[in-house]
Amino acid sequence: MADFKWPAIDKRSLIGKRISRLDGPWKASGSAKYTYDINRPNMLYGRMVTSPHAHAKITNIDTSVAEKMPGVHAVDIIHPVGQEVLWAGKEIVAVAAETDDQARDAMRKVKIDYEVLPYLVAYDTPQKAEGYTRQLNEATQGDPDAGFKSANAVVDGFYGLPVITHCCLEAHGSVAEWDGDKLTVWASTQSVSGLAGGQGGYAESLTAKGIPTTAPNVRVITPVMGGGFGSKFAADTWGISAAVLAKKAGRPVKMMLDRDQELSVAGSRPSLYAKVKIGAKSDGTITAWQSESWGTSGPAPGGAANLPYIFQTGLPFKRRHTTVQTNIGPARAWRAPGHPQFCLVTMSAFEDMAAKLNMDPVQFLLKNMQYAGERNKGFGTKDYEQELAKASELMDWKMKWHPRGDRTPGPIKRGLGVSVHTWGGRANDSTCNCTIHSDGSVEVSMGTQDLGVGARTVVGIVAGETLGLPLEAVKVNIGDSIYPPAGGSGGSTTSGGISSATRRATNAALNKLLDQVAPSLGVPADQLEAVGGKIQVIGNPGKSLTWKQACAKLGPATISEMGQTDRSLTSVNVGGVQMAEVSVDTETGVVRMEKMVAVQDCGLILDLKTAESQVYGGMIMGITYALFEEKVMDQQTGQHLNADMEFYKLAGIGDIGELVVHMMQGPGYDDRGVIGLGEPPTISPGAAISNAVANAIGVRVPTLPLTADKVLAALGKGGMA
Amino acid sequence: MAKQPGKEHPEEELRKEDAQPDKSARSIGLGRREFVKMAGTAGMAVSAVGVLAGEGILKAEPVAPSQDVTDAATTKLVGPGPVRMTLNINGKPTTVTLEPRVTLLDTLRDHLDLTGAKKVCDRATCGACTVIINGAAMYSCTVLAIDVAERPGSPAARIETIESLAPEGQLHPVSQGFVDNDGQQCGFCTPGFVMSAKAYIDKHPHPTYDEVRASLGGNLCRCGTYMGVRHAVVEAAGKMAAGKGGRA
Repeated sequence: MADFKWPAIDKRSLIGKRISRLDGPWKASGSAKYTYDINRPNMLYGRMVTSPHAHAKITNIDTSVAEKMPGVHAVDIIHPVGQEVLWAGKEIVAVAAETDDQARDAMRKVKIDYEVLPYLVAYDTPQKAEGYTRQLNEATQGDPDAGFKSANAVVDGFYGLPVITHCCLEAHGSVAEWDGDKLTVWASTQSVSGLAGGQGGYAESLTAKGIPTTAPNVRVITPVMGGGFGSKFAADTWGISAAVLAKKAGRPVKMMLDRDQELSVAGSRPSLYAKVKIGAKSDGTITAWQSESWGTSGPAPGGAANLPYIFQTGLPFKRRHTTVQTNIGPARAWRAPGHPQFCLVTMSAFEDMAAKLNMDPVQFLLKNMQYAGERNKGFGTKDYEQELAKASELMDWKMKWHPRGDRTPGPIKRGLGVSVHTWGGRANDSTCNCTIHSDGSVEVSMGTQDLGVGARTVVGIVAGETLGLPLEAVKVNIGDSIYPPAGGSGGSTTSGGISSATRRATNAALNKLLDQVAPSLGVPADQLEAVGGKIQVIGNPGKSLTWKQACAKLGPATISEMGQTDRSLTSVNVGGVQMAEVSVDTETGVVRMEKMVAVQDCGLILDLKTAESQVYGGMIMGITYALFEEKVMDQQTGQHLNADMEFYKLAGIGDIGELVVHMMQGPGYDDRGVIGLGEPPTISPGAAISNAVANAIGVRVPTLPLTADKVLAALGKGGMA
Repeated sequence: MAKQPGKEHPEEELRKEDAQPDKSARSIGLGRREFVKMAGTAGMAVSAVGVLAGEGILKAEPVAPSQDVTDAATTKLVGPGPVRMTLNINGKPTTVTLEPRVTLLDTLRDHLDLTGAKKVCDRATCGACTVIINGAAMYSCTVLAIDVAERPGSPAARIETIESLAPEGQLHPVSQGFVDNDGQQCGFCTPGFVMSAKAYIDKHPHPTYDEVRASLGGNLCRCGTYMGVRHAVVEAAGKMAAGKGGRA
């Protein structure tokens, strides 16, 4: 029996190598068909009328004119009369027409009356948001008062980051097509297997809208998708409405969100602001933490702030969090939910304390590692110590770092910042089928999805590795709900789930094959191995069959074996360290990235090339929210002011500086098994960059994004100006 | 500010007025049809249904058969109804019948099934819709198809889409560079990057990393692939120059 455990380092032919993603050629040639690219025969285009009011009750809906507009085939009332809307941009009526322009024309003819109600979309502090606040969490650990008393230094600070959006380049949306009572949906989704059934899925939602539908009658297809980042798990009102319109019109309907809808209503990351008091001994040991924090997740309460970040084991703290329930588009999971916020607040306060003590912040973090608990002593390695050392080397930290405030002459100030992070990433539940045909072809099938992280590629790598075949000998079938069900792709849970399920399925199939061919090689099956495209006797490579010869022994039969997520092949909890180097023009306030270093662990790396890409991507997304991103709301009108890509800024290719990525590998990391990597590298950039700016200009810019106006305002209060 | 489709804005009303030239025509005693017929040439009452050239016919043209069609190549004043226009796409004359308000991007994607160019910002910011028009990288979301069609006295502009870069099953060196250097994740921005890079390399065969940074500033990526993109473009340029006998 071939062993299903991961092969030893010297036995790996594909795992851990630099392998180009399997779907790269489709994407780079423009031939990949995303949901937005699906053009079905006789397809109609759907558009939605949305609420201009942040809070209102719908008193009348008149679609009679719209229904008679040229090209219109169906109208769907999504949010009926009598219901309230809780944010501007809420979908109310959808129309489907022959062309996109005709749908837009018709949309403008829908008449909706509202009773406008009071709303809150912007506020300074919870005290100014009376009636909209809810206290979520008040917790005390140990004796923080005694901790502050024993401190040699106490620092008070204010830190925060605003609501930002996902801004997926492929807008949310779908194409829906009926054949009798069977529905096919091409959906831009992070959850191919999960969209049909379950709460809020197609079956339940359509049945509630008078179109009886069962989960087995819904097929979801997503071969590729243009970004989700946590915002694309649900069928969503627009997905359900596209199916309703398609049913009514008897024709397929494509309905993708407009860019302003995408930015306003299709997901956002909650804000977090915190007043922090921190005490420490003169040697840097923290003695107590106190925080009063608040933030908004939109109309829902959202979660509490888990502060301080990472450094919590045995540290006396007192914290209180208030949520402000605002009339803005609701929050959705955004890459590493909560962590970038908690990290910014905590690492900023730590850096401010280090500056007060005139201490190198790397030394400050090392001094307080006991509070990191499990994170720094589990797994037989000193993760953060090792990673801080490696990052310092790659950044040349010891040479470059200076105490707070760059004292060199001239208006351009340079500075360094550091931050550490962690993430869980428990493998999701996935099921894989491996089929070996008698002509030697191999199919590996799973209802998972590739968000652009390389899921398709790691399935192929694991299958090829297990069967001793090159990558191109394996056909990977994913992105379709006809395949065995796999978990949604969120929280860095996918790689562990799909790689272990693939390993178990392909291993089971291989063992069946070995049983079949053992007689012809004259040895028991457990003395056979699959290596280099051959089935051979272990220790006697001369005695072998080619893969094709071996499979030919199957005759007319095929081997079809299932495998499921095996958590013995995976693990949880990763760590990472990031360091940023910035230059700040103290005359203009402009912050520029010079260099950023990321040192990251993620257990067993399946594809070094795409793993590094995940880290680069996380850093760049982090640079973007550190320097540019903010969902700007206007209390006067209740509107999202920058719901477009001109004023909702993303970093461009010239904004990122030089990035260096180092993946921790080898003993102590490698043998932990596979752990996902999507979330962790996005967590630290905000903190590392904010700390670097403080180090450069000698004063803290309290909130992200670190825009020129805020830098100048901070300099007006002190620092190196 | 976000569009507020539920509200009637005064400026929208104004635009609607503008969009009805039959009013001015009526002021001289002519209905829209008569006006258009007078302004146009003979033989204008062509069938408006199914005048798509080439493969990828998706559906009957979305034009009511009763509407008259003007011809962009021969008629100066066209629209707002359907216009028959001939575009030069990937070296082939391609005839479509569309309202003059239709963008080049929507023409490619919705009417010709050339979906490599992507619709993302739809406001000339992100570059996902980049195509090459007469040798220059352009945002096709902000070009009207009528403005690049054959018009009286001027030929159709030469439009290159990513579909033309390499024969099916093969990769252009720029696309290959993106694959080899993992200059893509979700890939939705990638065709736009490839076209911008191709247009730049065509004019600047030996770009440095700094020049790549400057030249691709008009394309945005959300996944964060810029490191791979830089390497992809420099490497592709090197290979292309070597292929032409230039510096490797």
